[in-house]
Amino acid sequence: MLDNLLGSFWSFTIDGLIVGAIYGLVALGYTMVYGVLRLINFAHSEVFMIGTMAAAFVVMTMGITQPLTGLALVGGLLLMLLVGGAASAGSAMLLERIAYRPLRKRGASRLAALISAIGASLFLQELFALVVIPWLFDRPQQGRNQMGVARIMDKDPLFTIGGAQVRVDQLIIFVAAIAMMILLDLLVNKTKIGRGIRATSQDPETAVLMGVDIDKIVRVTFLVGGLMAGLAGALFVLQFEVTKFSIGFLLGIKAFTAAVLGGIGNLRGALLGGLFLGLIENYGAAVFGSGWKDVIAFTVLILVLMFRPTGILGESLQQARA
Amino acid sequence: MRPKIARLGGVLAVGVALTVGLAACGSGDSGTASGGDGSAAPSTLKIGFMGDLSGENSGIVIPPSNGAQLAVDEYNATNPKVKIEMIKYDSRADATTAVSLAQKAIKDDKVVAMVGPAFSGESKQAVPVLEEGKIPNISASATNADLSKNGWKFWHRVVPNDGVQGPAVADFIAGTAGAKKVAVVDDKSEYGKGLGDAVRAQLKSKGVTMIDDALDPAAADYSSTVTKVAAAKPDALFFGGYYAAAGKLLKQLRDKGVTAKFFSADGSLDKGLVEGAGAAQAEGALIACPCRIPTEGETDETVKKFATDYKAKFGADPLIYATEGYDAMTAFTKAIAGGATTTDAINEAIGKSDFQGISKQVKFDPTGEPSAKSIYIYQVKDGKIGLLGDSATAKLG
Repeated sequence: MLDNLLGSFWSFTIDGLIVGAIYGLVALGYTMVYGVLRLINFAHSEVFMIGTMAAAFVVMTMGITQPLTGLALVGGLLLMLLVGGAASAGSAMLLERIAYRPLRKRGASRLAALISAIGASLFLQELFALVVIPWLFDRPQQGRNQMGVARIMDKDPLFTIGGAQVRVDQLIIFVAAIAMMILLDLLVNKTKIGRGIRATSQDPETAVLMGVDIDKIVRVTFLVGGLMAGLAGALFVLQFEVTKFSIGFLLGIKAFTAAVLGGIGNLRGALLGGLFLGLIENYGAAVFGSGWKDVIAFTVLILVLMFRPTGILGESLQQARA
Repeated sequence: MRPKIARLGGVLAVGVALTVGLAACGSGDSGTASGGDGSAAPSTLKIGFMGDLSGENSGIVIPPSNGAQLAVDEYNATNPKVKIEMIKYDSRADATTAVSLAQKAIKDDKVVAMVGPAFSGESKQAVPVLEEGKIPNISASATNADLSKNGWKFWHRVVPNDGVQGPAVADFIAGTAGAKKVAVVDDKSEYGKGLGDAVRAQLKSKGVTMIDDALDPAAADYSSTVTKVAAAKPDALFFGGYYAAAGKLLKQLRDKGVTAKFFSADGSLDKGLVEGAGAAQAEGALIACPCRIPTEGETDETVKKFATDYKAKFGADPLIYATEGYDAMTAFTKAIAGGATTTDAINEAIGKSDFQGISKQVKFDPTGEPSAKSIYIYQVKDGKIGLLGDSATAKLG
């Protein structure tokens, strides 16, 4: 039990941080939309799925048979991130335009928007399973099967920490995720549009009176949240080399959990919650067996919320300095 | 207001038209194939095929469906007195759907026999319906050991059950593969855990040291399982579960430098395993199966001919359970060729079947289990799954 954790402590830690970084990136989308609209965007998990699909499509189109090296690899990775991010950002904005804005304009209750979100989530999953995957990947009748993605880079160990290997791809994922978070943090705190986002989340009515274009702010929020999910999707494909129409479901729940753990509406909280959840899951799995992974993750969520109902870093965009 | 009323009228009109049309179809149908009463000799009998034909695990149901279709076509080509029509029922591996489809098959389509249901879970729910309707059924792929303990009279299967498979794999791991320390991982499903436990029990009785773990097949990250296995350095690992999870697990194991021999069972016998793991990582993986799949280096002439015919007809290689689907349907065609046209007569005739099928000697014991109980071992070589041999005699190269 415990000796298992202690024996491979660094290995569990590294793996936990990698998956936690992906949770954190996806959690940003949940947290930003919640901060601005007070809406849990349940279709965000499908925005992530679309990012993985776009990245997988890039890898397929490149026709990779051997792992790439050097400049070709850098180009390939950038292309994956770019296309994944663009596809997810675009679909997130489209989602906002079709599924949420009409409701918002008519002053529908937040519950209606929530149902709309769940509906959009199911719709997108089935759309991909039945139409998009068979057509895009030329896999007739196999839209529901898991798809393997070719290996784009050699996964060589780079260095070791306490006996645990750190691979190139893991380092790329971690560094990329943290860099994205820092950029986003700067965007929200230092730019004019960021000020608009913060103002809208504090008090939408006053923000309008002060000349903030709410529609634009909402669009930007979905764009940025979608972009982060798309980048997470591309990194996910790089790491796990699989995707599927329902890949977003479990990961989406975990990311949402991470957002709540960190304090929903709080950007830094999303990252912190993601990393925390990734670590707890892996440590728990080490001690109690991997079958208990999800049980442990959600037990911790409940415990945290019992003692800190607003999450680790407190509630929202406006309260924390983020 | 007016357009709304007009639209409503339109909807009603279409509805009425549909209802009338369907009713007409229904009445037209019922005359042709009322095989149950046996008063006048029918010219066509309907036999169903039930399984997950479009869902997630359709990869292991479409081949037996094709196999069954091939058997029907070959039978009809002999120009028999009573022809057979095969009707497909897509249960999507959902027990509720399977039950309602079984009712539809009995009531509306009036089938005289059924190949399937394909999986164990749906069989538990749908077979009682078939039993009540006295429809003889043969599954080509349901391997849960408990199915034969229900006292069903019309149920049969042409594959040995998990109770046979588990111990046979464990014997192979501890015996032929000579593993002293084995990690056993399952996916917590009815199938995966059942099989995993069977392997664990047999390994334990052989005095093998074991490492235990379980994983969530829907998750992507198996690093905690992999780290645990890597630290223990076992000689072999057995995974009880389906190919999607098996592929992900195998890839992550190899990426972490775990070189233990990888074993899995019939749920993982699909090229999706190689795709999911990557050809390099999948190399050498061993997969057990109670099924007999024709491979490229096939030496058995009847199996070879089956593979050629199948490929000519469906444009694909006969994959998992294709031969079993063919054998299950052949048991029915032989019964009908022998003059049985009622469900009772067909059930009695298949109970007495004893013929050399493609997969094995087809013969059922009184509980519906097949008499032949060979487990085959397959191995991934150069990205392709090939037959290694019978688990009792196969040698690792």
